[in-house]
Amino acid sequence: MANTILRKRSLIPGMTSELVIDAPHIAAKARPGNFVILRVCPDGERIPLTIADADPTAGTITIVYLVLGKTTAHLETLGEGDDILDLCGPLGKPTDIHKLPGEVICVGGGTGIAAMHHIAKGHHKAGNYVVGVIGSRSKDLLLFYDELKVICPEVLVSTNDGSFGHQGLVTELLEERLKTSPLVSEVVGVGPVPMMEAVAKVTKPYGVKTTVSLNSIMVDGIGMCGACRVSIGGKTKFTCVDGPEFDGQLVDYRELAHRLGAFKPQEQRSYEEFKKSHVCKCSHS
Amino acid sequence: MPEQAPGVRVKNFSEVALGYTPELAKAEAARCLNCKKPQCRKGCPVEIDIPGFIARIVANDLDGAYKVIRETNSLPAVCGRVCPQEVQCEGECVLGKKFEPVAIGRLERFVADTHLSATACETLTGGDECKLVREDLKVACIGSGPSSLTVAGYLAAQGIKVTVFEALHELGGVLVYGIPEFRLPKAIVRQEIDAMRAQGVEFKTNWVGGKTITVPELMEQGYKAVFIGVGAGLPKFLGVPGENLIGMFSANEFLTRVNLGRAYKFPEADTPVIVGKNVVVFGGGNVAMDSARTAMRLGADKVSIAYRRGETEMPARKEELHHAKEEGLHLLCLHGPIEFTGDENGYLKGVSLQKMMLGEADESGRCKPIACEGDTCEVPCDMAVVAVGTGANPLIPQTTPGLGITKWGYIIADPETGETNMPGVFAGGDIVTGAATVISAMGAGRKAAKEIARRLLG
Repeated sequence: MANTILRKRSLIPGMTSELVIDAPHIAAKARPGNFVILRVCPDGERIPLTIADADPTAGTITIVYLVLGKTTAHLETLGEGDDILDLCGPLGKPTDIHKLPGEVICVGGGTGIAAMHHIAKGHHKAGNYVVGVIGSRSKDLLLFYDELKVICPEVLVSTNDGSFGHQGLVTELLEERLKTSPLVSEVVGVGPVPMMEAVAKVTKPYGVKTTVSLNSIMVDGIGMCGACRVSIGGKTKFTCVDGPEFDGQLVDYRELAHRLGAFKPQEQRSYEEFKKSHVCKCSHS
Repeated sequence: MPEQAPGVRVKNFSEVALGYTPELAKAEAARCLNCKKPQCRKGCPVEIDIPGFIARIVANDLDGAYKVIRETNSLPAVCGRVCPQEVQCEGECVLGKKFEPVAIGRLERFVADTHLSATACETLTGGDECKLVREDLKVACIGSGPSSLTVAGYLAAQGIKVTVFEALHELGGVLVYGIPEFRLPKAIVRQEIDAMRAQGVEFKTNWVGGKTITVPELMEQGYKAVFIGVGAGLPKFLGVPGENLIGMFSANEFLTRVNLGRAYKFPEADTPVIVGKNVVVFGGGNVAMDSARTAMRLGADKVSIAYRRGETEMPARKEELHHAKEEGLHLLCLHGPIEFTGDENGYLKGVSLQKMMLGEADESGRCKPIACEGDTCEVPCDMAVVAVGTGANPLIPQTTPGLGITKWGYIIADPETGETNMPGVFAGGDIVTGAATVISAMGAGRKAAKEIARRLLG
C-alpha cells in the first residue's frame, strides 16, 4: 500500500491537478460516486476527495483537487513517484446507476466536473445517453472537456466570460435542454453548493429526478463522527455513509453552505502559515 | 498516582507527549551536559544515575541504559510517565536555568518502552521466545480497538497468525480517537501494539472493513476465522431544533478531532477544532466527562454539563466526575435541551433548557426525568457537545449478506463464544452491545479468542 503517484497532470497551473495513484485494493472496488480520504503528512488533516476515475486492471485511481487550503497545497507539492501517506477507500455509497429510458444530463461546475466524470462514465457504461453540461469562469479553467467528449454524445459548455461555449451559467444550458429534450430521466449535479442548489431549482418544475453529490466536511469518513451531517427533507443524514449523493430537491443548501464554512478562520490560518513556510515542516520527518 | 493540580492540568494536555522515536531520543539525550556533580540525580528520590543512562542512549546502548535505571528504579515505564519531574530531576537540571531542562522523564520512558516492546514474548507469554507463528492458521480482526487487540494478543500468544485491519490511519480504535491523552496516553497503547507486532501480529491501517475488504472476501482468502470489532457507530443527537449549527459537535467528532487529529496543537497539526468560550456538554457518562475536560484544557472559559437526571444518576465513574468538578466543571443537572439558537450566519449562540424533575423508575431502573412545565431557561453558549451515545455502524452488515443483526443494527453474537450466525465469523465490543466500556469489549474479545483458539488448535 504505497499509494504512489504514477502520473501527475497539471490542469490549471498551481490550482488544480490530476493524480493517478497506484492503489489496487481501492481501484478494484471504486464505483462512480465513491470517494477516498487521504492524509499527506504526519499530523496532517484527513480530507475527502471524490474518485474521478478508476482502472481496476491497472490498479489505479484518479483524483482531481483544487488547491484550497493547507492539505491540498501540500498535495500539490508532491510529484510522480511520491507516496501519499494515508489513503483509504472507496467510501460512500456508489451512484445508483441502471439503464434508463431517457437521457441523463450530468451537470458539473469547477472541480466538480472531475467528480461528475466518474458518474457520467458509469451511466455511459450502463447504456444511457449522457449529456454533459459543464461550466467554468473561463475556457482555461474548464476541466475534463476532452474526457467527457469520449463518453457523452453531447457536451454543452458555458463560461462566465464567453471565452468558450455559451456565455453564462450551466443552469441556463440545463434549462434550455430540459425545455427541448423529449425525455430526461435524471439530472446529476456536482459542483459548488450554489450551483447544485440552482440545478435543483431549475429541474423542480420538470419533476425530473435530480441527484447531487455533497462535499461536506468529514473527519473519519466511515460513519463515526457525524461531522458530515446534512439535513435531507428535514432529517439528519450522514454524507459519508448515507451519501454522498442525495435527492437535490431535499437538501438544505443554506445549512450545508454554513457548515462548510465552520472552520474558515482556522483553515485560512493554516494555509497562510503553510504558504509562508512553503515547505511542510513534517514532510520529511 | 501523583496528579498535577487541577488548575494546572486543566490548561495542558501534558501526557500528549508521545514516546520519543530513537532519533528524537538521541537528539534529546545529546543535550545532556554530563555534569561532574549532577544536580538532577540529587532531585531524584531514588537517585537514578541519570547522566549514566543518558550517556548510554547517546551510545546506542539501550539495554545498558535500562540496566542503569533498573539498578535503582523497578518501575521506569510508570515513573517516566507519572513522576513530577519538573520538581525533581528536571527541576534541578542546570540547563533549565536558561533553556529547557533535559527531558529526563521522557528519556526514562523511552528506554523502558523500548525494552518492554523488545521483550514482548516474555511479557505476554511468560516464555523466552514466541511460539512459531502458524501461517496456515490465519485469523482476521476488523478494527483495532480493545476487543480486536485482545483477540490478536491472545491468538498470537498461541502461535496463530493474526492480521488486524484498521480503517483509520492510526491503530487502537477508541483508545486513540476517543479516550483523551490525560486519561490514557497513546504511547501506552502503541507499546501494547508494538508488543503484539513483535509476536507476529500484522497490522494494516487504512483498510476499511466492509469497504476496502469485506467479511465474505476474508473468508474466501482463507482466513479460518474473522473477528468483527468495529466499535461504535454514528453518534446519536438530541432530536431538537438547531443541532446542525456551527459550534455543535457530537462527542465523537470533538474527541476525534482533538485526540486522533491532535487538534489541541493546531496549527502545528492541521486538524482544526472550534474552541468555545461557553461550552455546554449534553450527557452524563464518561464520554461527556472526557468532552468537558477536553474543552477545559483547550481553554474554554466555562464548561457546563447539562443532564436530564440528577448528579447521583450520572453513569460516569465517580472518579471522572470528581476530577471534572475539581477542574471547575459546572453542573446543570435536571436540565434537558429544548432548542439551540444561532445567528444569521449559522453560528450557535445559546440553548433553551427545560427544567426537569425525577419521576418513577423506568424499565432501566433509573428515575425517569419529567419536564417541569413552564420552567425553562436560556443559557448562552458558542459551543455544544452532544454525548448521548452512539448507534450501530452500518458498513459491515451492509456488505455481509446473511449476517444476523438486531433491529437497531447491532450484530447478534453468542454471549458465550462471540460467534455470529455465520460459522467462523465472530463479533464483540460496541458493535454487539452498543456503547459500553473498554474492559467489557476486552472481555468479549477474550471469549471469542478462546473459542477461536479451541477450534483451530483443538
